[in-house]
Amino acid sequence: MMSELVLSIRDLRVTFDTPLGPLEAVRGVDLDVRAGEMVGVVGESGSGKSVTFLAAMGLLPHQAKVSGSVMINGQEMLGASNKVLRNMRGGLMSMIFQDPLSALNPVHRIGDQIVEMLKAHQPKMSDKDAAKRAVELLDIVGIPQAAERAHQYPHEFSGGMRQRVVIAIAIANNPKVLIADEPTTALDVTVQAQILEVIERVQKSFGTAVVLITHDLGVIARVADRVNVMYAGRNVEKGGVEALFDHPSHPYTRGLLASLPHEGIERLTPITGFPPNMLMPPPGCGFAPRCSHASDACLVSLPPLQTFGDLETACIRAEELVVKAGLS
Amino acid sequence: MNQPLLQVENLVKNFELRANSGIRKTKRIVQAVSDVSFSLDKGQTLGIVGESGSGKTTVGRCILQLLDITSGTISFEGKNLGGLSFEEMRQIRRKMQIVFQDPFASLDPKMTVGSSIAEPLVVQGVAGNHEEKVASLLELVGLAVDHAKRFPHEFSGGQRQRVGIARALALDPALIVLDEPVSALDVSIQAGVVNLFGDLQKRLGMSYVFIAHDLSVVRHIADRVAVMYLGKIVEIGDKKSIYEHPTHPYTKALLSAVPVPNPTTERSRSRIMLEGDVPSPVNPPSGCRFRTRCWKATELCASSEPQLVVRPTGQLSACHFPE
Ligand SMILES: Nc1ncnc2c1ncn2[C@@H]1O[C@H](COP(=O)(O)OP(=O)(O)OP(=O)(O)O)[C@@H](O)[C@H]1O
Ligand SMILES: Nc1ncnc2c1ncn2[C@@H]1O[C@H](COP(=O)(O)OP(=O)(O)OP(=O)(O)O)[C@@H](O)[C@H]1O
Ligand code: SF4
Ligand code: SF4
Ligand SMILES: [Mg+2]
Ligand SMILES: [Mg+2]
Repeated sequence: MMSELVLSIRDLRVTFDTPLGPLEAVRGVDLDVRAGEMVGVVGESGSGKSVTFLAAMGLLPHQAKVSGSVMINGQEMLGASNKVLRNMRGGLMSMIFQDPLSALNPVHRIGDQIVEMLKAHQPKMSDKDAAKRAVELLDIVGIPQAAERAHQYPHEFSGGMRQRVVIAIAIANNPKVLIADEPTTALDVTVQAQILEVIERVQKSFGTAVVLITHDLGVIARVADRVNVMYAGRNVEKGGVEALFDHPSHPYTRGLLASLPHEGIERLTPITGFPPNMLMPPPGCGFAPRCSHASDACLVSLPPLQTFGDLETACIRAEELVVKAGLS
Repeated sequence: MNQPLLQVENLVKNFELRANSGIRKTKRIVQAVSDVSFSLDKGQTLGIVGESGSGKTTVGRCILQLLDITSGTISFEGKNLGGLSFEEMRQIRRKMQIVFQDPFASLDPKMTVGSSIAEPLVVQGVAGNHEEKVASLLELVGLAVDHAKRFPHEFSGGQRQRVGIARALALDPALIVLDEPVSALDVSIQAGVVNLFGDLQKRLGMSYVFIAHDLSVVRHIADRVAVMYLGKIVEIGDKKSIYEHPTHPYTKALLSAVPVPNPTTERSRSRIMLEGDVPSPVNPPSGCRFRTRCWKATELCASSEPQLVVRPTGQLSACHFPE
């Protein structure tokens, strides 16, 4: 049985008005997140990963034109009132970022910052209960001596500990979805391992669905149940993590996996070229300028996601390519 | 016996931090690099890995004489860099170059890429046709000759990093310190730049000090690897020994923390989870600096500092209870 849909994004489009003209950052993204699952989002820098979820959170600046649909727990969020959005943020859905300092107020004790988040969504909670809950939350995210440390300020914490604090604030009101945008990119690999463990613990013990945005395919392989691969503002491939790593069907996903260093190879296999300028995206498939399989048909229109075995892929030649690969 | 191209002996670099806390002026000392020794042969690559703040960049900057060293010696082609005249230093400086992580910050936005690449030639007063040299450098790094007339903002991250490499190559260096040269690049782009380093080394025979967080890239590119922790080398040796038979607990933990891009292996392997963060280099732990996070630590580790010792698998490591 599939669990309920907690976040459902349909045909999301985001265009920024820039001095150089409209920039199409997100060009028709469909994405589902079900209760309690861990969804990985991976893709080239500038492919629209952050913008997609900032749009879902209603956090984009005014010069962004957003269309499509974002349903959170069955409620439409695009075009919703500020009150609905305020209740959603930190209530139904929270988002954390690469730099924990930017999310923390330097002049407030961290315990108070958690209390503030609790009371914003649970105004009836007493000060005493909120303070107690704040310490509990710090404990859950693995901050030692949580009761004492709740009285400290952000600068008294290391980078890894700050990211834990940010997670504590994000999960304070037991959201249905936690969006983690590169939460470990700025951290050392031994600290990254700790933070991933905290995120997995939150997901498993509270049934919080997590969207983990990362460049690191190793991180995806480690924690994700399902994966969304983005390229040039589109979702180009999605599927279960095992299937996607075992038999990727989109040339970009394949290229990405093939470009990683692995043992025993002399030369790496890069993807030639670089991603398109989204002020002037190419007609048709966004990957075509770098794709060694591109044909004229690829340049006609944006390839839609289509079911392909146990994956969904936005490549019009996926089937042929598999046949070809099988023969060679 | 051949003399190594670069020999670093007992390198120490301290930074003084002046903090005004109220009326009292306190002076604190950061031991960024403490007693680091290694050598690098011609045409070889030494990888330096370790967590943030472990002193990797400082080692690189000391080698290039961009920082005054506190003590120790650095010898290049057999000459101690400490005792050189201004003119001798100028000659040696040409042979050592550095490429930084951030391809965006390291190029002057107002200069054409061609002038940026030619700048070291001008500064060093190299005679000859700079335009031709720039053209051949652009080709060498996989860019087009007409890129010389363009400005940095017209280039992608990977292309800018290639420009930085071309500039470093302008004076035909014997040593290039590469400080996180691919960290800012997308995986798909990284691969091409990593290949370029390999190709250039094969063709031109220079040596690299390759500093990186990414252990899998270092494994690909390095011949020898040094693992640093809080200003010290805790393990150093052939890549194969370090990656296949790590003997220092920190090396083991570091390798174990890197997630591998294969869901089946990644989910079935056991990993060592280190607790806490790296302590402050202002007040490093007594004895073994890793002991506050080491699962094997005993009293001996707090009272006595382990020295680098040769292990059966060939590398050196500094631990009282090696794996
Ligand atoms: N406020 C903004 N104004 C104009 N353009 C923007 C704005 N925010 C993002 N963009 C552009 O939108 C595109 C998508 O950006 P986004 O931040 O979503 O990329 P990303 O996939 O998260 O990349 P990264 O991996 O580098 O974080 C990029 O071309 C970016 O330059
Ligand atoms: N100019 C400076 N003044 C004071 N302290 C410094 C200075 N440069 C570096 N340090 C300190 O020296 C230590 C080593 O820094 P270094 O930059 O060499 O580390 P690193 O291993 O390169 O780290 P990263 O992986 O973050 O680049 C750190 O504690 C750092 O804060
Ligand atoms: S649609 Fe065409 S250009 Fe795009 S990935 Fe598939 S084969 Fe390549
Ligand atoms: S010397 Fe002791 S504390 Fe240091 S790494 Fe070895 S066992 Fe651990
Ligand atoms: Mg982003
Ligand atoms: Mg550094």
